Amino acid sequence: MKLPLLEIQKLNVNVGEKLILHGLDLTINAGETHVLMGRNGTGKSTLAAAVMGNPAFSVTDGKILFDGENIVSEPPDKRAKRGIFLSFQNPEEIPGVSLENFIRSAVGAVSGETPRLMRFQKELYAKMESLGLSKAYADRELNVGFSGGEKKKSEILQLLTLSPKLAILDEADSGLDVDAVRVVAEGINRYRNGGNALLIITHNKRLVEDIKVDFVHVLRDKKIGLTGGRELIDTISDGGFGAVGEAAE
Amino acid sequence: MSGEKKSVSEISRSVYDRKGKAAPKFKVQSGLTPEIIRTISDEKNDPDWMREFRLRSLEIYEETELPAWGYPLDALNMDDIVTYVRPDARQSHDWESVPDEIKSTFEALGIPEAERTGLAGVGAQYDSEVVYHSIKKEVAELGVVYTDMDSALRGEYAGMVREHFMKLLPASEHKFLALHGAVWSGGSFVYVPDGVEVPIPLQSYFRFNAAGAGQFEHTLIILGKGASLHFIEGCSAPKYNVANLHAGCVELYVAEGARLRYSTIENWSKNMYNLNSKRATVEKGGAIEWVSGSFGSHTSFLYPMSILRGEHARCEYTGITFAGAGQELDTGAQVLHLAPNTTSHISAKSISKNGGKSTFRGGVTVSENASGSKISVACDSLMLDSRSRSDTVPVMDIRAANADVGYEAKIGRISEQAIYYLMSRGLSENDAKAMIVGGFAEPISKELPLEYAVEMNRLINLEITGN
Repeated sequence: MKLPLLEIQKLNVNVGEKLILHGLDLTINAGETHVLMGRNGTGKSTLAAAVMGNPAFSVTDGKILFDGENIVSEPPDKRAKRGIFLSFQNPEEIPGVSLENFIRSAVGAVSGETPRLMRFQKELYAKMESLGLSKAYADRELNVGFSGGEKKKSEILQLLTLSPKLAILDEADSGLDVDAVRVVAEGINRYRNGGNALLIITHNKRLVEDIKVDFVHVLRDKKIGLTGGRELIDTISDGGFGAVGEAAE
Repeated sequence: MSGEKKSVSEISRSVYDRKGKAAPKFKVQSGLTPEIIRTISDEKNDPDWMREFRLRSLEIYEETELPAWGYPLDALNMDDIVTYVRPDARQSHDWESVPDEIKSTFEALGIPEAERTGLAGVGAQYDSEVVYHSIKKEVAELGVVYTDMDSALRGEYAGMVREHFMKLLPASEHKFLALHGAVWSGGSFVYVPDGVEVPIPLQSYFRFNAAGAGQFEHTLIILGKGASLHFIEGCSAPKYNVANLHAGCVELYVAEGARLRYSTIENWSKNMYNLNSKRATVEKGGAIEWVSGSFGSHTSFLYPMSILRGEHARCEYTGITFAGAGQELDTGAQVLHLAPNTTSHISAKSISKNGGKSTFRGGVTVSENASGSKISVACDSLMLDSRSRSDTVPVMDIRAANADVGYEAKIGRISEQAIYYLMSRGLSENDAKAMIVGGFAEPISKELPLEYAVEMNRLINLEITGN
């Protein structure tokens, strides 16, 4: 039997003394798209951070298997090299480092070979254009002075350039206008190649309207409390989390 | 600047650490006595006034106390320092005549290559003496003079040298200037006549090879009215287990409407005491621009001063200091506004790592005459860990009623979340830190000629990743 791409088993995650996730299980196979929903503060971003290896979050129990190997003790760069990518909700500003140099270094780090400049630029500029980012952004300092929308597009640009096996998108649409959400959704669809997988964290039905979704999970009580198909998105969008059995806030 | 280049070859760390095998031709005993000073003076065939100047400076040195502030200098014992080391080479105007062992050091540092591809002239000093000095014919034809100081002392411009030598930085000002006045050797003299704009930079490189010795080069640059020049200074040395001392002196005279850019990348080895003095005087409408990168040395005291004497004179200082393990680097800039409507911009950055200590010391004085002057001082410190230290000591003495003064200082630790973000894209922890620090230094590196910008980025990588 083929191994799952990502298999999370009985995961406990702490931030400082506080237990955020407890006994969480989640399996994602190659080629699948999962959507993760849940009220604010239920730990959706914590789950993303734990899979990526954010050192501010500690996994106190359980396993994260990627291609069958437990990666819990690996630093984020090792996980990136395995093919895990996280689109950040609020990516850091890095003054003095251009977007282009950063992405080229990242491709070099992940693939083990820094791409040839001319060819890299050509491909990068084409991807930028498809996301509605002008070429001038290549020279901009990474995320410095970027609007909310530009930051999200920059994250999707990185996703398209690095082409990971698993992409976790943490609110890739928050703060975006209707047109920008469409551009981001199109970007996400361009990333799909049949073999890679997605975990999309969102509150926004519109982001996933044109994306083929296989599973929808609701995070509650520190674990995956409910799993269904894409109809769950509509139920929650229309009726809130009360419509899926949660107590009123 | 024209003649900008797009690529440069890289230099590996081992180049800086290579210890030249050529035995010196002559060196004085360690320590300081009138006998030693006379010996140096004889060796250099000084004019009488210089011989007297040296002996008088030694007297001042003996009467002067060590500075009572700044990082300690206890481990620097002058009795152990050899103040004059003559390499076994005559000064030459072509690299072919430079002895192989010395030439190969400069070749490894990329100096002859840089000269061929983008410099108007090159001076190369090895220990106490200049072994190579040359200026492009077309630049010399403009009337530009670029020679070693010994030749200048005796040649056509002897009067000009005597008139300016240690007048901006007198031996009486502090102990290490007195020392410099007594034992100085080597360095460059530049004169750019009125109205002459030198299109590409001149560069002097100071290579210090001897252990337990001192280097005391003197740089004197005089720009005529409306002249312009970019002068680059580079320095490096292999590492020894004994203290070495660098107490150079740089005097810059910028006439009315002239513009001088003085760029330095200092990469002394970490046994060096770098107690260097630099000063510029700027007349009406003239400009001095300092670009300074301080990476090496065990201890540094370095504060280039700009004296803005004429109306609308300007100064800009852009500097970066990187203090690693065991390093105590006290750097900054000083400005004296003496005329109305003068302008100064000081932008200083510092990085400290592995217990390194860096201090920014700024001094801006605005005299009563300097009405309408504008001053901005910005310093920004980045600490890579909790063991490192960064201090800011800005001093401002504003006596003009309507001066426009701006000051901002930022001191911070490198962001763990920024490191995590870059690591999540595959960069190792060290590469992530190097990228963040390189970005922090970018406003300075973009002011440097390409070779130096590349070298600076490489030095940052070296400091952080060790390879």
